[in-house]
Amino acid sequence: MLHLTAGRVGSRLASRAAAAFSVGSARMASTSHAVSDVVDMSKPQYWDRRDIPLPDRAFKESLTAADQSLKQKEKGPWGQLTKEEKIALYRMSFCQTYPEMNEPSAEWKTVMGGIFIFLGITGLVVLWQSIYVYPETPPTFDPELQAKQIKRMLDMRINPIEGFSAKWDYEKGQWK
Amino acid sequence: MSLPKPVMRGLLGKRLRFHLPIAFTLSIISAIAFKYAVTEPRKQAYADFYKQYDSVKEFNAMREAGIFESVRPSGE
Repeated sequence: MLHLTAGRVGSRLASRAAAAFSVGSARMASTSHAVSDVVDMSKPQYWDRRDIPLPDRAFKESLTAADQSLKQKEKGPWGQLTKEEKIALYRMSFCQTYPEMNEPSAEWKTVMGGIFIFLGITGLVVLWQSIYVYPETPPTFDPELQAKQIKRMLDMRINPIEGFSAKWDYEKGQWK
Repeated sequence: MSLPKPVMRGLLGKRLRFHLPIAFTLSIISAIAFKYAVTEPRKQAYADFYKQYDSVKEFNAMREAGIFESVRPSGE
């Protein structure tokens, strides 16, 4: 734990943040921009989302000539389309199928790893605190004074019916 | 590739018809179990304690132990 350099911790945090952003149910898949990270939010967008089955636009906007001729054939009776053509038309409109969208990822390992790392760091901080920050424990924590406190509680008959003093045998002077 | 049409209606009703009787039964059972496992024994414990309770004797025992400030032990 002490050998982790700051750089490695930083890259782990960056990868975890990237994983958290990319593996969620919303996935930006924009195919018509030169700079991949800049999305024009004023235009209809495509997402693969479980709760929005029909996004604002089809997945492929720029169709090749073969795709366009297939789209023309789609305007006719669908019984004449072969299975491969139907799948090709589907993939033109959608990027991932629902089973592909719902595939489990390995994100949980990153999450659990991050949790344990931060628990470990917290444990180290608490250990340092207990050595360098906390004041002396009061004398009332000594065993003799604790015994005196217990005796006083029994004398006062604290919870004599179902609780503390109910477990003490007053005739014999010992715990039941 | 012709699948049967999936069920489109009555889904909430079906879920409620299944889960509500179970929910009510379990709640009532847990309430009854709590009553007979916790409250009845507790009432009995209190009744038994106070049947044999001599308050004067207990007071004198507490007084001798020296916990009161208004009444000191009889020795002083």
